[in-house]
Amino acid sequence: MAESQPMTAPSAVVERQKRAKFRRNMFYLALIVVGLVAPFLAYPVFLMKVLCFALFACAFNLLLGYAGLLSFGHAAFLATGGYVTGYLLASYPGLTPELGIIAGTLLATLLGVVFGVLSIRRQGIYFAMVTLAIAQLVYFMFVQAPFTGGEDGLHGVPRGELFGVISLSSNLAMYYFVFAIFIFGFALIQRTVHSPFGQVLKAIRENEPRAVSLGYNTDAYKLVAFVISAGLAGLAGSTKTVVFQLASLTDAHWHMSGEVILMTLLGGVGTLLGPLMGAGIVVSLQHILAQSPLGNWVSVILGIIFVVCVLSFRSGIIGELDKMYRKNFK
Amino acid sequence: MMMIFGVPMAVFMGQLTLGLVNGAFYALLSLGLAVIFGLLKIVNFAHGAQYMLGAFAALLGFRYLGINYWLALFLVPLVVGAFGVLLERFLLRRIAHLDHLYGLLLTFGLALIFEGTLVNFFGVSGARYATPEIFQGGLNLGFMFLPTYRAWVLVAALAMCLFTWFMIERTRLGAYLRAGTENSQLMQAFGVNVPLLITLTYGFGVALAAFAGVLAAPLYPVSPTMGSSLLIVVFAVVVIGGMGSILGAIITGLAMGIIEGLTKVYYPEAANTVIFLVMILVLMFRPVGLFGKEA
Repeated sequence: MAESQPMTAPSAVVERQKRAKFRRNMFYLALIVVGLVAPFLAYPVFLMKVLCFALFACAFNLLLGYAGLLSFGHAAFLATGGYVTGYLLASYPGLTPELGIIAGTLLATLLGVVFGVLSIRRQGIYFAMVTLAIAQLVYFMFVQAPFTGGEDGLHGVPRGELFGVISLSSNLAMYYFVFAIFIFGFALIQRTVHSPFGQVLKAIRENEPRAVSLGYNTDAYKLVAFVISAGLAGLAGSTKTVVFQLASLTDAHWHMSGEVILMTLLGGVGTLLGPLMGAGIVVSLQHILAQSPLGNWVSVILGIIFVVCVLSFRSGIIGELDKMYRKNFK
Repeated sequence: MMMIFGVPMAVFMGQLTLGLVNGAFYALLSLGLAVIFGLLKIVNFAHGAQYMLGAFAALLGFRYLGINYWLALFLVPLVVGAFGVLLERFLLRRIAHLDHLYGLLLTFGLALIFEGTLVNFFGVSGARYATPEIFQGGLNLGFMFLPTYRAWVLVAALAMCLFTWFMIERTRLGAYLRAGTENSQLMQAFGVNVPLLITLTYGFGVALAAFAGVLAAPLYPVSPTMGSSLLIVVFAVVVIGGMGSILGAIITGLAMGIIEGLTKVYYPEAANTVIFLVMILVLMFRPVGLFGKEA
């Protein structure tokens, strides 16, 4: 195995890289174990909500954290995934949930291509405004389209049987399915970020003119990143619809695009675990506030967190922890 | 009865003026965004909320202090503008040296706070603000009936746009502002107090939004969410026009209002979306915007 092979690079560097990789793998393993045990410690429906939003935030973070593009229209993908899956599963009872989810994800990916081609033409602040405006267009289309149920949304979407065999009506079975989807999405993002493709994305984020001068077609790279991000956001929306058996306009509203930005910012932009943590905190906060006398103040409190994050907490929780760790232990 | 493309003249002209009035608001708001963007390089996401604050200030001022419409038209922009000055001085300035996307995020957070707070006190249904006595009724132009207040809004908004244009293009202060937009460091080296200029510019942009809010109060229901949906349309208008020129912002705003109005006549289903569709077309054929400068 690996130990017996001769070392070609300076051994200390290889050794350190190996150790880092090993640590990372152990960490992910621990995370998976926590995920597997979690439904016995906490309410599965709540955990599923966290996982869906965490996947959504991870997808968003791929774009903001690794390509440096601030999309203000990601709600459109979440909602498209959700509506398509919801509509298909509700109208064709024979359809199994995984096929519904795949269809929703594919349509969100396609929409991502359209969004991407249009918005990549503008940068920075304009990019944010363009994505927001196109997402608003999608929102109005969902309001008027005959299949979305307008203001009421889609209700009673059946969870069905996974592969036609495993019933998802129990929350525990549903949880493990959602967890598997999350792991798939997370692994895909992790793989993308650590691939040569991901390195080029980072180069574009740091200095786009230089990446261009090195011969990279930066628009193509940004477009691919945008499409992957849109597809995974759609996957999150599709999964969410199956879990909660409904799809509504809330998911398409620009508030949702703002929420996913907040989750990513709070957890740590450009960190792999930040979005997961941010989603966990925001969803828990909404859950707790909804039952407290402060229930009506959710949006104000989110706004305050936004302002505090931007003013004094820009690396997010994971980012700040990482900084502290580096300062004290390295 | 006279018909235009199969639509009665009165309906056609009615929607055209409605569109023009909406366009006047787009123009005022995108103008404010452009002025702020020019010097601060941030997109003021709180612009819609500040427009809404203007309308609310007029409403509450009338309800509790008996401030009439004319006084409100003068006072509210000052008060809300002063509030904007505080926001710039104590919040935006602290992140001015960072990536400008942070400015967008900060102002977005502020917009959530303003909107959410007012929703808690006033709900989302919206209140009526009485049209001032003098503008009750309308003018009979022969081919259509024009409500006086709409005519006034059009005049006032255009006058304010021209005033802004004059201030920026024809006065010494405006020259400083334009120079600061080009190169603020050089300006500072010449001894101009750039931080003060930035603060005042933000305050002025906010005051413009508040002015639009007071104008809008008798026209639309005054509700905490009145600004946010409007702002997204204004963003599209800004993308269409590009933030390069003052006149560009005004012309694009009015033109988009008219296009929206005419869509209501001929294809009402698309009235909400037509401006976004125009934006997509512009992005495909002229990505920098109609009046934008090549980067």
